[in-house]
Amino acid sequence: MADTNTAETSVHPSEAEGVAREPLVLNNRSMGWITNRICGIVENRQPLIWWVLFVPSVALFGCLLFTLVYLVSTGVGVWGNNQPVAWGWAIVNFVFWIGIGHAGTLISAILFLTRQKWRTSVNRASEAMTLFAVMCAGIFPGFHVGRFWMVWFLAPVPNANGIWQNFKSPLLWDVFAVSTYFTVSVIFWYIGLIPDLATLRDRAKKGLAKFLYGFFALGWRGGNRQWRHYEMAYLLLAALSTPLVLSVHSVVSFDFATSVVPGWHTTIFPPYFVAGAIFGGFAMVLTLMLPVRKLYGLEDLITAKHVDNMAKIILLTGTIVGYAYIMELFISYYGANKFEADAFHLRILSGPYTWAYYCMFFCNVIAPQVFWFKWCRANFWVVFIICNFVNAGMWFERFVIIPTSIARDFLPGQWGYYSPSWVEKLMFLGTFGMFMMLFLLFIRFLPVIAASEVKGVLPENDPHYPDWKKLREKRRSAA
Amino acid sequence: MAEFGSASELYHAAEKVRDAGFRRWDVHTPYPVHGIDHAMGLGKSWLSAVVLVGGICGSSLALFLQFFTQVSLYPTVVQDKPVNLFTIPAFFPVTFELTILLSAFAVVFGLFTFIMLPRWNHPLFNSPLFLKFSDDGFIMVIEARDPKFKKDKTKEFLGELGAGTVEEVAY
Repeated sequence: MADTNTAETSVHPSEAEGVAREPLVLNNRSMGWITNRICGIVENRQPLIWWVLFVPSVALFGCLLFTLVYLVSTGVGVWGNNQPVAWGWAIVNFVFWIGIGHAGTLISAILFLTRQKWRTSVNRASEAMTLFAVMCAGIFPGFHVGRFWMVWFLAPVPNANGIWQNFKSPLLWDVFAVSTYFTVSVIFWYIGLIPDLATLRDRAKKGLAKFLYGFFALGWRGGNRQWRHYEMAYLLLAALSTPLVLSVHSVVSFDFATSVVPGWHTTIFPPYFVAGAIFGGFAMVLTLMLPVRKLYGLEDLITAKHVDNMAKIILLTGTIVGYAYIMELFISYYGANKFEADAFHLRILSGPYTWAYYCMFFCNVIAPQVFWFKWCRANFWVVFIICNFVNAGMWFERFVIIPTSIARDFLPGQWGYYSPSWVEKLMFLGTFGMFMMLFLLFIRFLPVIAASEVKGVLPENDPHYPDWKKLREKRRSAA
Repeated sequence: MAEFGSASELYHAAEKVRDAGFRRWDVHTPYPVHGIDHAMGLGKSWLSAVVLVGGICGSSLALFLQFFTQVSLYPTVVQDKPVNLFTIPAFFPVTFELTILLSAFAVVFGLFTFIMLPRWNHPLFNSPLFLKFSDDGFIMVIEARDPKFKKDKTKEFLGELGAGTVEEVAY
């Protein structure tokens, strides 16, 4: 600890001239203010808009339940997929939702390892988003197996003939990847929640709330003899989640890349899918967080700097995705594979789904380019609209990859056209209802920002910060 | 038990308590204070060792599960992949995932064992001053069980360190 003595006199790195950074929490807010503001969301009555969003979300969730019951009781024939397009909207939606989850883990794990302190105000909500998105994703392959009650065949248990699962199949890899991803994300989220649950416990006055927050806070006392193991646990989970999140979408892409279907059989898929997942996920984080920060008065915690950073990540990953699109086209032209060349010719020029390709290309590659301009990153309406373009574009990307490749297979005699039935459409809408419903309940019952982590990034809370007295006075007078 | 006004004061107080040779004491803060492990004389957390064991268990379990079922118990020849030791590339993804899964379980169970939670009831919770730790308080607690603890002297000592409030909590 050589810096212990020198830090008292020298200038703190965050304030040195020329490299001074914008503060992560604006307007000199104190720790007490942070606690009050974040816990207040849970303790006070919800604004009217919460109910305006919650009621339709529950209704849509009801639609999801109805379509699932209808599907199971009637049979998978109620979906529009058939030969040759056996993988329709169900798999498109699965990949779409699982991709959205990736931004949450990226923020919580990768940005933690790279010491990006701005992550603290957005990681909790993004991790929650991850969990809810993975739940929505899990519905689709589960019911896509046809006989939902046979879904236990996916678990590593031998069937009645003593035959085990085929561990050489990417589909089984997917089962392991997605279920591990969900479990580890729950663990990460819950470990992060414990200190904030303790805050809610200590503020709750009576009754069920005090009991439940107390129960889940596990008696957390915030002693440093706990914190030091806790910090190590958090670091380890971040280190485990980082390769995990990269592996999950890689494994999802193996479902396609290891097959021989032209348009799927490419080695660029794993990095391309991972970049796309982070891209789409960040768009969803911003779509959710921009209204939340406005509605609940969190502008001092989720600042313009945060939005700016996330917009830059969207720009970067969107450009990587654009590179992958163009590289796919180039390889199909440059490679000697006739079928591959034909698949892409059909995809962009003469096939039945070219409209989807251009929707995708516009939403994912062209639209985010406006984020090169600072003005666009600072105008939250622009950010919100572009993010929704990206949300739509990423869905189209999966649609372009999945049905268009199998609608034009090797034999022209097998060719077909796929369009979804009303059941698929309603189910997809229903998962949005479920996602929104869960997210609104999360806002209602749990701290939407990791208060304990935000307190840790206030400059005067670093014991080596030289001018903490002056800063504390400033905060007191601001309050 | 003593309350301090800031992280910096707590940090320097912790250094002095450490040098005074106390053993059973702790600081309770709303967030992990940077560098205070050093000020308290605590070393590295060895939770990582537990997790390493968890990870090794995970990969061995996965390799055993796959080789045993696919190669020795009931070899199924599909996708023209071999059913011998050379199947290993196809077994990588599941091995990786199970390694991560069991490591994550080791993190959770190791953590709860190390920090001795859940423990829902604790004498400190009876003090309203203590509960400030989850909001904005910097609390230092010296337990009466500490061999160096002497009721009045320790109280005085905490006052000298610059604590705002010093109070006793019945144990």
